[in-house]
Amino acid sequence: MESTRDPVPFRPYQPGTQPPYDAPAYGSTHKRHPQESLVRLPHTITETTGPHFNPAHFPPIPDLSVVSGKAALGERVIVHGRITDEDGRPIPHTIVEIWQANASGRYQHPGDQHDAPVDPNFRGEGRVFTDQDGWYRFTSIKPGAYPWRNHHNAWRPNHIHYSFFGSGFAARLITQMYFPGDPLLELDPVFLSIPDEAARDRLVCKLDMNVTEPEWALGYRFDVVLRGREATPMEG
Amino acid sequence: MRAVTGSQTIGPFWHLIEHPEWADLTRFGATGTRITLTGSVIDGDANPVTDAAVELWQADPSADDHFPGFGRCRTDARGEFRFTTLKPGPVPGRGNTLQAPHFAITLHARGLLKHLVTRAYFAGEPLNETDPLLSSIDEPKRRSTLIARPDGEDRWRIDIRMQRGPHAETETVFLDI
Repeated sequence: MESTRDPVPFRPYQPGTQPPYDAPAYGSTHKRHPQESLVRLPHTITETTGPHFNPAHFPPIPDLSVVSGKAALGERVIVHGRITDEDGRPIPHTIVEIWQANASGRYQHPGDQHDAPVDPNFRGEGRVFTDQDGWYRFTSIKPGAYPWRNHHNAWRPNHIHYSFFGSGFAARLITQMYFPGDPLLELDPVFLSIPDEAARDRLVCKLDMNVTEPEWALGYRFDVVLRGREATPMEG
Repeated sequence: MRAVTGSQTIGPFWHLIEHPEWADLTRFGATGTRITLTGSVIDGDANPVTDAAVELWQADPSADDHFPGFGRCRTDARGEFRFTTLKPGPVPGRGNTLQAPHFAITLHARGLLKHLVTRAYFAGEPLNETDPLLSSIDEPKRRSTLIARPDGEDRWRIDIRMQRGPHAETETVFLDI
């Protein structure tokens, strides 16, 4: 029996917009995807509440392109965008975590054995918060493509990793942003894992001359939609 | 209406955003009974998953400036994770039900295009018998994958199996939320 005191649930995902767990073209899914059916769980306070990150405890890192005053190598970029729910309502003051390879396609990570140079002036971590209207912005270096061992001669397209929390546990999202015109996209099993073509294309940022700064850096826009609540609470 | 942005894997190099202290939810001065939750993440070949990010969220005690309610921990070379946090109490369920004390857990890893969601309850908790989620899972072996076992005083342990193992080990119950 439902109760009027029940929390308003998050909306279900729209079909085709999310990747499957079992994606045969992406080899690492073979031994890591569940084979049993997921158990459906109506949202409770556990799913509708979520963490709030206080910038005093989690200080912003809005510029990945400089370490200790020294500029990283590569093509400087400014990335911005707006985070909203499905109705276009902004998600204010929410944390955005960012990580990426350097301009050579190398991560500052002991597990990355790609024979490309590490850049001591590029660490690869960013952290920003949206403003009251849901906008975020950071400065970085355009990441390079890099090989991976998924299949013969496999290369990942240029991408920046993102982590979002939104307004509750059920809104958690980790994704990757790609760059327009990248010919590796149509060969990439990770990108192609999202069934709906329009949903895939929304992972590609757009050149934004309004944010591009003359004599400084190209600007790109990447908007993100996180889960919001059902419009009206269910009647009890 | 807009559609929620598609998920993509966290990949093997997410440690660039790792801050090991996030695994200690008491680090901002939380007061209460501290417990540890450890466990390992295991793949379908029974091998440890050594590159995962395990995240924990609890709605109780309520998050505040001294208690974030949220933690993140890597799995190590043995596939093990370890959180220090406060023991949760019961919270309301839907309708007029009561949920047994539990953690919500997300699992992110290379090979997961979207994260997996599960829960950890506590063995021996009387409310487990009437918890809406636990009571909805008929098969005892599957239900037990959601229940952490005592592992010493104020220490709890739960393993997460991403698939049925080579010797028919039971896959963890993952949730569709």
